Amino acid sequence: MAKLYSKNLKSEQINMSPKNETIDFLLSYSKSLSVLEYNKLKFETVLN
Amino acid sequence: MQKELITDASLVSNYIQGNEQALEILITRHKQRIYSFIYSKVYDKDIAEDIFQDTFIKVIRTLKRGSYNEEGKFLPWVMRISHNLVIDHFRKSNRMPKFSNSGEFSIFSVLSDSALDAEKTIIKDQVERDVRRVMNELPEDQKEVLVMRMYNDMSFKEISEKTGVSINTALGRMRYALINMRKIIDKHNIILTN
Repeated sequence: MAKLYSKNLKSEQINMSPKNETIDFLLSYSKSLSVLEYNKLKFETVLN
Repeated sequence: MQKELITDASLVSNYIQGNEQALEILITRHKQRIYSFIYSKVYDKDIAEDIFQDTFIKVIRTLKRGSYNEEGKFLPWVMRISHNLVIDHFRKSNRMPKFSNSGEFSIFSVLSDSALDAEKTIIKDQVERDVRRVMNELPEDQKEVLVMRMYNDMSFKEISEKTGVSINTALGRMRYALINMRKIIDKHNIILTN
């Protein structure tokens, strides 16, 4: 049987997801961010 | 199952209207694809994590500002953002190449921190103080020439002009100043090395 010299990437890519902390951070960031509009100007505010 | 039924487009519009849960569904739905795409370019989990985070920060800001125009292409749009951020990352790292200590060669054997550490700084200050004390023991004319030459970095020509003596006299005073300082150092067993 012919040998395969290439690396099997599939085994490495099983768990290719970002950490839960990253997702949690993004969700809280989204909740804290609000955009205020005033005279066509947009202000971003991050409330903790 | 039910989550899959809602299209990206309606989730985006729900999110824009203030439904925070819509974002969670969007992220959960696409995180694996986006993260894998980033990782396939950078091959570093931490960097991939950072770029993933920056991508969604951009997504959130664009959506909240109302600058996103829905054309039914949420995922390609997010992929484009992450692609651009990957390019930015490589541009930055090209400008500031990173050296990792892999293999036999260590970059730190070539580079060294030339700044003095705390102990050496104290010793240096001490030595400089001792030198000044020794200098104060010299006769005034010798001390004057020594200060002008070593501290003010003046040439012997300038010293002779300033003190009103010939260059040879200035040279002689310098010579005697050094001889006398050596004598004082020997006599008092002062160690002036760092």
